[in-house]
Amino acid sequence: MKKLIISENLCKGCGLCVEACSRGVLSLSERTNAMGYRVTECVAPDKCISCACCAVMCPDCVIQVHREVKA
Amino acid sequence: MDKIVFRKPPLLTDAPMHYCPGCTHGIVHRLIAEALDELGEFENVIGVAPVGCAVFAYNYFKCDMFQAAHGRAPAVATGIKRARPDSTVFVYQGDGDLASIGMAEIVHAAARGENMTVVFINNGIYGMTGGQMAPTTLEGQKTTTSQSGRSAKEHGNPIKVCEMLSALTGPAYIARVSVHDVKAVKTARAALVRGFAMQKAERGFSLIEILSTCPTNFGMTPQQALCWVRDHGTAAYPLGVYKDIGLPGEGRE
Repeated sequence: MKKLIISENLCKGCGLCVEACSRGVLSLSERTNAMGYRVTECVAPDKCISCACCAVMCPDCVIQVHREVKA
Repeated sequence: MDKIVFRKPPLLTDAPMHYCPGCTHGIVHRLIAEALDELGEFENVIGVAPVGCAVFAYNYFKCDMFQAAHGRAPAVATGIKRARPDSTVFVYQGDGDLASIGMAEIVHAAARGENMTVVFINNGIYGMTGGQMAPTTLEGQKTTTSQSGRSAKEHGNPIKVCEMLSALTGPAYIARVSVHDVKAVKTARAALVRGFAMQKAERGFSLIEILSTCPTNFGMTPQQALCWVRDHGTAAYPLGVYKDIGLPGEGRE
């Protein structure tokens, strides 16, 4: 299951999500989107605890956060 | 099994925002949408946008929006609320809009205790026009029209809107919050929820001042700008609740 779904077309590469994550899950990619911004990407998905701190600080609602729940 | 713990609130449209990278307008737009969503207000919301960077706010909210003349948003919102008292009316204003040209409108709307919610974005600068000094610019802050820093002797002292309006009898809820980190954003969200709850309970005027950034005109990275607000903004403009007359059922009426 993907914990972070990133809408790269909306990302402006401000990096606030990268700073908000205390576990180093996100990083700015070398790739650019159609607007010419370096997009954020999930570089360490295993470290993600779905705390949504990245999404809370994102001004553009780029990140959707999922959490695994035990059935 | 997986659960969505964070998604874009349904009150926001899918349009990409035109704001600069790292601009906190986006965060505040989302918080307003989340607060209205939490209170179950969706169909009956009318927003009034200011003149400033947020002039295109009508592209981002799915509710009805009105674009007021510079500074006149509280006056327009007064008309809307009186004509349609069942609707939830919010006003979105920046510091140049509210604290400079619109000072008369906001003071009188607050004094009359109009039943509306004002979201006041204070980043201490005129963002859209190129970073000129605003009434809320901090002492010593450099802008394009105060290049050696604002001096109280030459330019006057910054205006503290929350402190000023909380001295009036009309307002029901006045709070100053910030969006400089995750905890601050969550506090800001709670303040907006309470502001809208005051309006829903017909308690009167509510104003939430949100300390924000303008990374482009501060000449900083988005993260540096947030750190600047944390260190300097909150020192000059102390955060907290300045007035709260309480909601029905809280035993404070």
